[in-house]
Amino acid sequence: MQRHFDRDIEDLKDLLLRMGAMVEDAITQSIRSLLERDTALAEEVIANDNRIDQMELEIDRRTLELIAKMQPAAVDLRFVAAIMKITPELERIADLAQDVCERVIELNREPPLKPMQAIPRLAQDAQTMVRQALDAFVRGDAVLARQVIAQDDNVDQQTEQSFRELLTYMLEDPRNISRAIRLTFTGKYFERMADGATNICEMVVYLVEGKMIKHAGMAPNA
Amino acid sequence: MLTTIDMERLGATATPSAASLESMNAKISVRDFDFFYGPAKVLHGISLDIPDRQVTALIGPSGCGKSTFIRSINRMNDIIPEAVAKGTIAIDGRDIYNSDTDVVSLRRRVGMVFQKSNPFPKSIYDNIAYGLRIGGMHNKRELNGVVEKSLIRAALWDEVKDRLHESAFALSGGQQQRLCIARALAVDPEVLLMDEPASALDPIATTKIEELIWDLKVNYTIVIVTHNMQQAARVSDRTAFFMLGRLVEYSDTKTIFMNPKEKMTEDYVTGRFG
Amino acid sequence: MSYARRRKIISAIAEGLCAVAVILALLPLAMILFYVIKQGFTSLNWAFFTQMPKPVGETGGGMANAIVGTLVLIAIAASVAVPIGCICGVHLAEYTDSKFSSIVRFAADVLNGVPSIVFGMFAYIIAVLPVKRFSALAGGLALGFIMIPIVVRTTEELLRLVPSGLREGALALGATRSRAVFTVILPAALPGILTGILVATARVAGETAPLLFTAFGNAFWSTSPVQPIASLTQQVFLYANSAYEDWHRQAWAGAFLLVVMILTLSIAARFAVRRLERMNRP
Repeated sequence: MQRHFDRDIEDLKDLLLRMGAMVEDAITQSIRSLLERDTALAEEVIANDNRIDQMELEIDRRTLELIAKMQPAAVDLRFVAAIMKITPELERIADLAQDVCERVIELNREPPLKPMQAIPRLAQDAQTMVRQALDAFVRGDAVLARQVIAQDDNVDQQTEQSFRELLTYMLEDPRNISRAIRLTFTGKYFERMADGATNICEMVVYLVEGKMIKHAGMAPNA
Repeated sequence: MLTTIDMERLGATATPSAASLESMNAKISVRDFDFFYGPAKVLHGISLDIPDRQVTALIGPSGCGKSTFIRSINRMNDIIPEAVAKGTIAIDGRDIYNSDTDVVSLRRRVGMVFQKSNPFPKSIYDNIAYGLRIGGMHNKRELNGVVEKSLIRAALWDEVKDRLHESAFALSGGQQQRLCIARALAVDPEVLLMDEPASALDPIATTKIEELIWDLKVNYTIVIVTHNMQQAARVSDRTAFFMLGRLVEYSDTKTIFMNPKEKMTEDYVTGRFG
Repeated sequence: MSYARRRKIISAIAEGLCAVAVILALLPLAMILFYVIKQGFTSLNWAFFTQMPKPVGETGGGMANAIVGTLVLIAIAASVAVPIGCICGVHLAEYTDSKFSSIVRFAADVLNGVPSIVFGMFAYIIAVLPVKRFSALAGGLALGFIMIPIVVRTTEELLRLVPSGLREGALALGATRSRAVFTVILPAALPGILTGILVATARVAGETAPLLFTAFGNAFWSTSPVQPIASLTQQVFLYANSAYEDWHRQAWAGAFLLVVMILTLSIAARFAVRRLERMNRP
């Protein structure tokens, strides 16, 4: 049976995907501004973050209204719960992109450090994970979601690797320290973006399968 | 328990201001409406505006006067001997309690669907055609057309198109209620009053009726009494909360169910009441 | 003894008593039927239906005129009682609480208990005396007056039984009060009202006393409303009181026929009602 709420649910999904597209853009631009040392681009990303924040508010408002009016059950309820948990994750990821850009602006005031290896790869992986997480949500693909979650360990390793790389630069020459530290932070930001993508995927699994796999390793009765 | 003075103060806050009157497209305007069953006063100074082509829900505990109020809109209360109404109810600006109001034509503009579906002991076709025939329509082709249109509008046509001349009682409960809706729609009213239309139906039939209401509001102003709050939340655009014959709060449905102004309203919708 | 055991015994005794009571109540009916059938059935022949009564003393003949006479009388009675009774019943149902209604209701109840011969006397005074002639009309009037209270009360009761939702539904569609009553409520009550009419008809079909000095009886063939007319009941009365064996035989046949008629009326009533009720059953 067709229900008029089905439209509201589709609208909410669309809003989330639009927000997701804006966040993906922010990540892409932040990576570009980092690799191309583009201060103007970085400033643009920072300015756009405002729009992403507004979207979060809009989605929250609509979701609460939907709960009040529809009293959703079963998959609809899980959908609403997923939206309510994914939206702030997206907003945090956008904030992280903003943070990256702030570091970029600071880094661009000084000459570039020796060509970085680990960070660009880390950034790409994080970007891919976020994109795949959103894909998994759109398609209701729990298999893809699980794959993304599995990649998080890889990203953590890469972060560790980039930190070691930056450490050698710092030990080499004290004048590198300030830039190296800023880059360390930048690496951390991308790692946290990947964590955000993981959280999103956990909610996708919950939405599709009804199983909550968050903190799965901590179950008291494993 | 609240005193009468508290209740009166509450009623005052629910009264629409002149500004809000114009901003909404008010189909029905109620001002200071009192209602008595003999010596007993059951509605106290009700004032509200019901917007055109939206669904307005009336909620409240048993005996709060919501049914009495809705039946005043098409003057069905007239058939009760000791009933007395004071104040005004204006539809499109004309007071229906004026002495020169033709009640019969009022009831054709303002249709009603009852809690317990009440199809006539006639065929499905004759049920729908009844209102048309007493209105003077006798041309077979015209009747056929309106009957079909009404049944389509009430989402019942596909289920009964092959058995229009069977008894209305051969239909299920949910179908009978949709038949009553079709019957009310046949005379082309502007307003549709529904007094707990789904309370006697199972959940699936209820959902069908709710979706029908949602579809109908494009063309009709709908006022619905319901004791099921969640139904009011699902189906209505505006909600009025009645208690002990007084209008406690009247606002957008979203506001009533997410962030009501009055504590009494909040107690009622959260189920903490009583 | 245990409480449960005592309960069972008391229950069994009560059931037994009920059974005995039923048998006692049915016994007279069974005996009447048995006797009438035994005596009457054998006396029925083709002549009974087609021939006129033979002059006194001659054997043979039949009750053709009486049979037709009864039918004529019932027709006249119904055409008087049904319109008056139904409309009166409608008024009582619609204006339930008025003083006038309570008076009418009381009058109907009283009339129900009045001996039928009184109705005959009344019809004599208004329909026989002025024209100085006995007639089928007078007899039909008398029977009609007997039927009226029954039809009134039945109609009223059945109209009251129609669920109020139907009335509200009609009014909400813009029907005036009278429209609602005549196009929705009355049709809904029709099966029951019809039963009431048939019951009343069955009752008066068996009346003798009111016909004695209104229809008076007629030895010859007549179906005219302004002439005296024979009726089965009167004929049976006449023949039973006589001294002739042959007439006794015919009286039994007449009685048997009366019983069959009333039985048929009742069964027909049930059939009609069942078919109408199929439309009505929610």
